[in-house]
Amino acid sequence: MKIINRLISNIRVARALLITQYALMIEYRAEIILWAISGLLPLIMLGIWQEAGISKTFGFSNEWLARYFVSAFVVRQFTAVWVMVSFEEDNLEGRLSPYLLQPIMPFWRYFISHIAEQLTRLPIVIIFIVSLFALKTNLIWIPDIFRTALFLVALFLSFTVRFLLHWLFSMVCFWNDRASAIERLLLLPYLFLSGLVAPLDSFPASIRSFAMVTPFPYILSFPSKLLAGHDVNILGGFLALFLWGTTLLLLSYIFWKKGIKNYSAMGA
Amino acid sequence: MSKISVRSLTKNFLITEKVPGIKGTIKHFFKRRRRKVVAVDQVNFDIEHGEIVGFIGSNGAGKTTTLKMLCGLIHPSSGSINVAGYQPIRRQRNFLSQITLVMGQKQQLIWDLPPLDSLRVNAAVYGLSNKEANKRIDELASMLDLSSELSRPVRKLSLGERMKAELMAALLHRPSVLFLDEPTLGLDINSQIRVRQFLSEYNNKYGATILLTSHYMGDITSLCKRVLLIHRGNIFHDGSLIQLTQKLAPSRCVKIELTEPIPEDSFRPFGEILQYKGHLIRLLIPRSELALNLSSLLDKFPVKDLEVTDPPIEETIGKLLKAGTT
Repeated sequence: MKIINRLISNIRVARALLITQYALMIEYRAEIILWAISGLLPLIMLGIWQEAGISKTFGFSNEWLARYFVSAFVVRQFTAVWVMVSFEEDNLEGRLSPYLLQPIMPFWRYFISHIAEQLTRLPIVIIFIVSLFALKTNLIWIPDIFRTALFLVALFLSFTVRFLLHWLFSMVCFWNDRASAIERLLLLPYLFLSGLVAPLDSFPASIRSFAMVTPFPYILSFPSKLLAGHDVNILGGFLALFLWGTTLLLLSYIFWKKGIKNYSAMGA
Repeated sequence: MSKISVRSLTKNFLITEKVPGIKGTIKHFFKRRRRKVVAVDQVNFDIEHGEIVGFIGSNGAGKTTTLKMLCGLIHPSSGSINVAGYQPIRRQRNFLSQITLVMGQKQQLIWDLPPLDSLRVNAAVYGLSNKEANKRIDELASMLDLSSELSRPVRKLSLGERMKAELMAALLHRPSVLFLDEPTLGLDINSQIRVRQFLSEYNNKYGATILLTSHYMGDITSLCKRVLLIHRGNIFHDGSLIQLTQKLAPSRCVKIELTEPIPEDSFRPFGEILQYKGHLIRLLIPRSELALNLSSLLDKFPVKDLEVTDPPIEETIGKLLKAGTT
């Protein structure tokens, strides 16, 4: 009974946070549109690959590439993470202190604010995709139901893994105050090893093998291929997401426990 | 058992120092010079259930650092703290549900949304039902004279309204221990008075224990029977405000209005002359000589009016702290 009450209470907290954060994101609707536009890189890469006419060199058909990059665009829109910047700002400006004084881990506030942002982004992404398909009807494809369901689960897990990765590095703020520089450092492996600028299948085998032991391919390439209907190791992908998620969660917990002892409650 | 108990509490900080100019900047890039600062040094005190205690001292004396340790935000370097039966650094759920910290203008309200949205989140976080949350919101709003303001975005509220809404958010879960750091900072006199009245009402109604820091002595004199004066991380005084005044100001201020001007030198034997304007004189007379000197003054001079007061507490504490730093 106690567990059920706790569960109901947690659902109420999540619901209240989601409603409030959604209302807050709606206040920033212009910013959300700009952020959505800034996520157009996969569609730009699609244009570059097709114009360069090199897809055949790597054994990709135009249709294969188009589906991959359109899917990558969708995945990128719903795996955007900025927790390092928010956490650093809250730490420096003293907003983290009131969060720490409430009986809820600050993690959930940031996690739910990202989910709320994704909800506000959803109609914008739909408009982008519909417009793209209206302009280029040959790009239209309908993924099957089973794959779509798997894709939605994979997308949520991919976002969670990326969020946990950034959350872990946010803990640097407890020692150094500035963590956002690490976000820029993470951008480079993310761009290349996730399959955002080029499908991983186009990489030399050694680099591809290296990429597969990092979390990046599972953050973008894996869910994109699921949606695009391309060959992909489904079980391996989900297992990797689960292992990375668990490892990052554990590391975050350890670093949080150590870091909080160093918290200096600045700006207050 | 005391509601708050602090023993040998010490907090050291390592701060980085940099010499100005290019040379200093380059040196700072390669090697950081760090210095240990003792912010709070072996502090001891107890606060009983339902007490309102003023925590005063100059900037950097260690007030806020102590409050942050008491609510578990920062870890002490050494010593022990017990608040409502809990060790704050463990940040247990039950402990966090019993305390609150209000830090001047530091927001727990969401800037772009009305306070009601933040209050709804707080209600869920503290496990209040909708009915209970609405009841408490109405009650706090009525105590603080807030109603329609709760539906306006926080950024559109005046400073006073924002502070009241901030108090509502901090007290919605009805904490039994309140740590208030400059709760009236920047408020106009009417808002200051309203906040003081509110805190007094809250204390009477719920028996809350309050530790309050403020640079406005009005907050302290109107709310706190007991004060802790902290100076350079040490407790300088722990007792009543009257005791503090007597300890710091062994003299009383006597203001005399005469029917006709009398030369200044005539008053020198009675005490230190603070102000002389012919027929208006302010004297500082030692408490031990007060009765005798007042009687002589009334005998010798054509006194129209006479007033005996304590020197303003701000002035007294200011003098003490200035003396302590030089």
